[in-house]
Amino acid sequence: MSDTTPLLKVSNVSKSFGGVAAVYAVSFKLNEGELLGIIGPNGSGKTTLVNLITGFVKPDKGKIEYSGKNITGWAPYKIVSLGIARTFQMVRPFYQLPAFKNLIVPLYSPRVKKLAGGKYGDRDAVALDLLEEVGFERDAHVSYKVAGSLPQGYLKRLELAKNMALRPDLVILDELFSGLSLAEVASIVPIIEKLRFQGKTIIMIEHRLKELFRIADRVMVLNYGEKIAEGSGKAVMESESVKKAYLGSETA
Amino acid sequence: MKRRKERIDRGIKARSEDIFALSSYREMLYLLVPRAIPVVGLLGAAPFLSPYWQEVFISTAVYALLAISWDMLISAGLVSLGQSLFYGIGSYIAGALNYYWGWSPLFTLPVATIGGGILCTIMLLPVLRLRGIYFAMVTLVLPLMLMRLVEATRILGGTEGLTGLTPFPNPLMSLYVIQIALLIALFGFRRIINSDYGLIVRGISDNDRSVMSAGINIYWYKTQVLFLGASVGSFTGAFGTHVDMFAGMPGFALDYAIMPVAAAVVGGMGTFAGPMIGAFILVPLSEGLRALGALRIVFYGLFLVIFVVGLPEGLFSYMQRKYHQFERWVHVE
Repeated sequence: MSDTTPLLKVSNVSKSFGGVAAVYAVSFKLNEGELLGIIGPNGSGKTTLVNLITGFVKPDKGKIEYSGKNITGWAPYKIVSLGIARTFQMVRPFYQLPAFKNLIVPLYSPRVKKLAGGKYGDRDAVALDLLEEVGFERDAHVSYKVAGSLPQGYLKRLELAKNMALRPDLVILDELFSGLSLAEVASIVPIIEKLRFQGKTIIMIEHRLKELFRIADRVMVLNYGEKIAEGSGKAVMESESVKKAYLGSETA
Repeated sequence: MKRRKERIDRGIKARSEDIFALSSYREMLYLLVPRAIPVVGLLGAAPFLSPYWQEVFISTAVYALLAISWDMLISAGLVSLGQSLFYGIGSYIAGALNYYWGWSPLFTLPVATIGGGILCTIMLLPVLRLRGIYFAMVTLVLPLMLMRLVEATRILGGTEGLTGLTPFPNPLMSLYVIQIALLIALFGFRRIINSDYGLIVRGISDNDRSVMSAGINIYWYKTQVLFLGASVGSFTGAFGTHVDMFAGMPGFALDYAIMPVAAAVVGGMGTFAGPMIGAFILVPLSEGLRALGALRIVFYGLFLVIFVVGLPEGLFSYMQRKYHQFERWVHVE
């Protein structure tokens, strides 16, 4: 693989649901170690784009390549085994299970087994370590509490821990910050920065622009399923089409 | 002033959950007694039953096994109305092997168990992606189709069925065979579902997208669960065939599909012990009500309705809760 092969290459991908184009002819590249932010108004196709990359939805047209390999239309579990892991915007943990038991599911996956050299090891211990890493206080025994009793901030962190448990190379975070207080966001940002430091490539879908622009290398803007701008956070927000998309055109 | 019921785990439950902490006979008995009840109750009661009640017990255990097999499928989110498919297939495999080649039950039972499991899994494989009621519809229709297929093509004895099959040496022995199978399925399935493997299975029924995004092929897991459930169902059919000395179209009858669901609902879904208890209530009850003649179904139905409305969580879940937790009323501001 040459240096110029991007980690993820999405070319001309389209998907429509019942005649409405959710994503239309979107192309972008992502290099290893980059943090790409994806923003756009509600219903602009951000989550659909994530679903397309992770195989939950198959594209009508276009091609998705991961480190030079065509993964268009692959099943989600195969895509995960390559090293792409996502979080969900709507957290839906296993509510009746203790928080750390929620991590057993990703820790049981073939990918983790392979990375661990063919044996799983003590899953419970790994799960507890991971939860501590995302800020579950060990002294307070938060990890042992039933997931249904945890506040939203912890559930979002649990979602992040589920993602990290898979030891992915490409991390996709779908609105991780939504529904969190400023303080909670501030406590999660360092975890993401740590992931970057470990050399992970990250895609973040976000509505919290201020926090996103601080950590993103590059931002892509979607509107009605189309890419309308790409560049640094500042440059993107100054573009006319983005202003229109967010504020509406004056003649409307 | 509002009140709310607070439930707190008994101390003995927390202590006895960690095996290394077992330090007294009391704690050991706390764990042991509930598990010993079905073992001692089933195997110990067998010799004291009259021939009539032995027969009732056999048919109860058959339904209990089907209910446990149904419960395994529901654990992975597969709603089945087709336990009769498993029963019928198992029954025909064992029946044919015995009728045409004279195999003894010693061989037909294991072959029908594994073979029936594989055959039913293959038949349902194309619809494994369907969820909820759609999957249920297919499982309901398949046995009815097969029944008519046998009738129309006259294979495997047609409407007459295969008769004069080898029975078990004596009723007591058949009772022991089914009871031991029941205990193996009960404790085996409980063990599977409480392991990490079982956690994935339950996860699929709770939130399949989350399991998919964890890099796990949920269809492969569903296939495995289907095989487990279908094998137990097929075993039941093979067993019933040798008891009745007959394999035929009634093997696909709706009774085998509906009763397990009712038993699971009465006993408590997802616990395996629940559906078994449910079967042990419903089948003898149905026998006991025979004296009422035509009114039997009315009372039976009434009982079901009262039970489902009064104790929607199921009998076993209720008992389990009472055993492990104590409750008290607390005032809420």
